[in-house]
Amino acid sequence: MAATKEEVYTKVQGALVDALGVDEEEVTPEARLVGDLGAESIDFLDIVFRLEKAFDIKIPRGELFPEDILTNAQYVQNGRVTPEGLKQLEARMPFADLTNFSANPVVQDFGNLLTVQDMCRYVESKVGA
Amino acid sequence: MRWFWIDRFTQFESGRSATAVKNVSLAEGHLHDHFPGAPLMPNSLVIEGLAQTGGLLAAEHNDFEERVVLAKVAKARFHFSATPGDTLVYQVTIDDIHKDGAIVSGTSHVGPRLQAEVQLVFAHLSESVAGSKSLFDPASLLAMLKLLGVFEVGRDSQGKPLNVPASLLAAAGNQA
Repeated sequence: MAATKEEVYTKVQGALVDALGVDEEEVTPEARLVGDLGAESIDFLDIVFRLEKAFDIKIPRGELFPEDILTNAQYVQNGRVTPEGLKQLEARMPFADLTNFSANPVVQDFGNLLTVQDMCRYVESKVGA
Repeated sequence: MRWFWIDRFTQFESGRSATAVKNVSLAEGHLHDHFPGAPLMPNSLVIEGLAQTGGLLAAEHNDFEERVVLAKVAKARFHFSATPGDTLVYQVTIDDIHKDGAIVSGTSHVGPRLQAEVQLVFAHLSESVAGSKSLFDPASLLAMLKLLGVFEVGRDSQGKPLNVPASLLAAAGNQA
């Protein structure tokens, strides 16, 4: 049975509360994982584990955070993602809003892109909510 | 490895749970500095002991072939400080184990009293990040596991006595 969007949101919120030690009220749809909730790189591994368990899904490495694109010289020049790289990111991350990032695609800022809503959209695409 | 923060396993069930004990003693030099006249087992070392208990349990699940490292202390709550003379009983269970790592929950008790509760996240390091095939020299790892009684009390997932994985035995033998 497919989960509803509310169920997805509640479970994503629970996973983020446990993984990041934040309060439930802080986990709003617009909250950015890094900027607002204080996620660090190792937390993403923890988040992936918890989402896999909560939804009984498999999250292949690089699907939620396509680090392979950001470390590929073909797609990154002078610390910025090339137009070709942006196309790759858009294709790989349909769940994320890349509008702001595309305006000034500095690789360093990429980590601060994802919001709680993006995570929910990603999970919804996996569970068919 | 001399960084031993558990003394012995008393229970070890492959892929599920393990129990280890840590006897806190005034013979441990660091307790005389932490603190002079008021020796308290540092809570960070309780976490380390629980991580050693849980890390070896997680590593055994893959025949000690993954490079298991403590990546994150997701939760740690302490209810009181352990002091010399206390026997800490560390109980850990695997909540979840993946290709890339594991989540382990653990408690520390002194007698019936709950001393600490933790949740730990372990990661499997890639060979390129670790810089070597194994974090431990296989012969030393095997000696350490025997010293801690893993194969004395260990049971596999069917409840049969736990054997030394053939790959570890071969690697240790090749070194000797």
